[in-house]
Amino acid sequence: MSDGAPQIQLRGICRYYGAGETEVRALDDVDLTIRSGEFVAIMGPSGSGKSTAMNVIGCLDTPTAGSYHFEGVEVGDLDQDQRALLRRHYLGFVFQGYNLLARSTALENVELPLIYKGMARDERIARAREALSRVGLADRWHHDPSELSGGQQQRVAIARALAGRPDVLLADEPTGNLDSAKSREIMELLSDLNRQDGLTIVMVTHEEDMAAYAGRLVTFLDGRIASDAPTRRAGG
Amino acid sequence: MLRETIRLALSAIFRNTMRSFLTVLGIVIGVAAVIAMVTVGQGSQQQVTKDIEKLGTNTLMVMPGQGGMRSGGFTSDRAFTRRDAEAIESELSSVRIAAPYSTSMITAIYGSENHLTGLAGADTSLLDAMDWPVRLGRRFTGAEERAGRAVCLIGETVRGKLFGNVDPLGHSIRLKALSCEVIGVLDAKGVSSFGEDQDDLVLLPLRSYQRRIAGNDEVALIYVSVREGVSTDRAAREIQALMRERRRISLGEEDDFSVMDMKQIASILSGITAVLTGLLSSVAAVSLVVGGIGIMNIMLVSVTERTREIGIRLAVGAQAGQVLMQFLVEAIVLSLMGGALGIALGLGLAALAARLLSIPFTPDPLVVLLAVGFSGGVGVIFGYFPARRAARMDPIQALRHE
Repeated sequence: MSDGAPQIQLRGICRYYGAGETEVRALDDVDLTIRSGEFVAIMGPSGSGKSTAMNVIGCLDTPTAGSYHFEGVEVGDLDQDQRALLRRHYLGFVFQGYNLLARSTALENVELPLIYKGMARDERIARAREALSRVGLADRWHHDPSELSGGQQQRVAIARALAGRPDVLLADEPTGNLDSAKSREIMELLSDLNRQDGLTIVMVTHEEDMAAYAGRLVTFLDGRIASDAPTRRAGG
Repeated sequence: MLRETIRLALSAIFRNTMRSFLTVLGIVIGVAAVIAMVTVGQGSQQQVTKDIEKLGTNTLMVMPGQGGMRSGGFTSDRAFTRRDAEAIESELSSVRIAAPYSTSMITAIYGSENHLTGLAGADTSLLDAMDWPVRLGRRFTGAEERAGRAVCLIGETVRGKLFGNVDPLGHSIRLKALSCEVIGVLDAKGVSSFGEDQDDLVLLPLRSYQRRIAGNDEVALIYVSVREGVSTDRAAREIQALMRERRRISLGEEDDFSVMDMKQIASILSGITAVLTGLLSSVAAVSLVVGGIGIMNIMLVSVTERTREIGIRLAVGAQAGQVLMQFLVEAIVLSLMGGALGIALGLGLAALAARLLSIPFTPDPLVVLLAVGFSGGVGVIFGYFPARRAARMDPIQALRHE
């Protein structure tokens, strides 16, 4: 699984907030390499830097120091618009709070990244419906988020992340708002996407049960990586 | 992409129709006011121009005092007499007709009907000078004028008010204590550019007016028709000289009367109309700015409300410029819709006003185009700041926004 080419390479990444006395070192000299096809879970107490790491990997945040190569490209050399293009074409995001557009149907939500790809309407709709059936919601495309359960909303969010056919899926506590049954469904889906479609997944979670679905577990503490090891799944 | 952006803007606008409508109300009122002002202004200017043509280029008005348009009856300056008019007509070859007349307001009564109207004491020379025919009945005879008989001509408005469907000829109307027989109805002239109903009058022979109404032999005004081919300027100069002599005004003393060219008066009026139109339109244009601030206000609220949406869009790969465009286009579409409503409302108001004021309704495509451009411009100017705020959002903060 983890024998693909290095896709994400963090070298000496630091992210400081504030300055002087009040300086907060959210990330402090982090080295991390993630290869194509890996499913990495990131854990750690709150304030340990896991979310910041996720934002840096997702090109939403800019590190204070260090270098970040995404598929061989130095992200630090990219301007804001180029980073937006990188997100548009190579990354998919799934959030804890789903972050769907209210008063837009599931289909419209999934179409959103495709609009920015400049895709024609017919192709867009076909692609969005395909993504919705991949997450098992083919028959719910016309529903508003408010008419869907939490688990279904998260599936729509995953479909939105998949629609753009990203290389890497970044999931920030994707099961944080769900009960354990729904959480397992979502994790099965992510697992499937990783194994069957070879999608690289980086997931932040605070639940060990969920981390167990991943092939590798990285633990953060005080802005540094405390441990980095294969999970039991990968091992056995 | 632009089509998507416009589609998006429309759906955002109609998601909250009531709020959007209230937001653009300022623009609607501003555009409507400008369009209505300019359209009515242009219509009334056209009307004035038409009236100038109707007045002819050869009419002068001689009145006592230097006050310009003051009515003769109310000035303390010496009044004229019938002989002044006779002298102007007989001694000056530049003058075709000099018709003396006086006016006042009076209540005309017929049966149970009464109507406050303008009373003019004038002979048929005034009708000749004005080229004003009698539609029904006949004019005064020389004998009636000389004897000061109780006979009168009435305007179309007075006929309608007092007589309705009854044939007025041969009936008597009462003017104060004077009962006089209606012998004719004047041709309808309509409303003048001064806004007065020219048909709202009763005409008595000058002598009857002087003896039985005014109680003196004064003449308030002299209406002069200049001979064909003679310039009104020359005639005015000659009248001025003659009147100075007749009124014994010594050299170096000011005139105590004025000779006015009707065409001058009308063109002054037309100028005033233009200035007023411009002034009112610019006041109305201020409300466009106020409307723009309203749009900016609501767009700022909207950007704040949709912070999370902006975060999502940035996360899925929207560039800052695309977010900026989205909100800018929304503001522009919003204000253009306001502009369209304003144009419809403004033209409607102008059409209504044109009917009420009986002036031509002249919608000017250029003004409409200008209004469209203006409201679009308001959208760009006042939409830019909120849109820039949206575009500059930090995606991480935006996604965390509650």
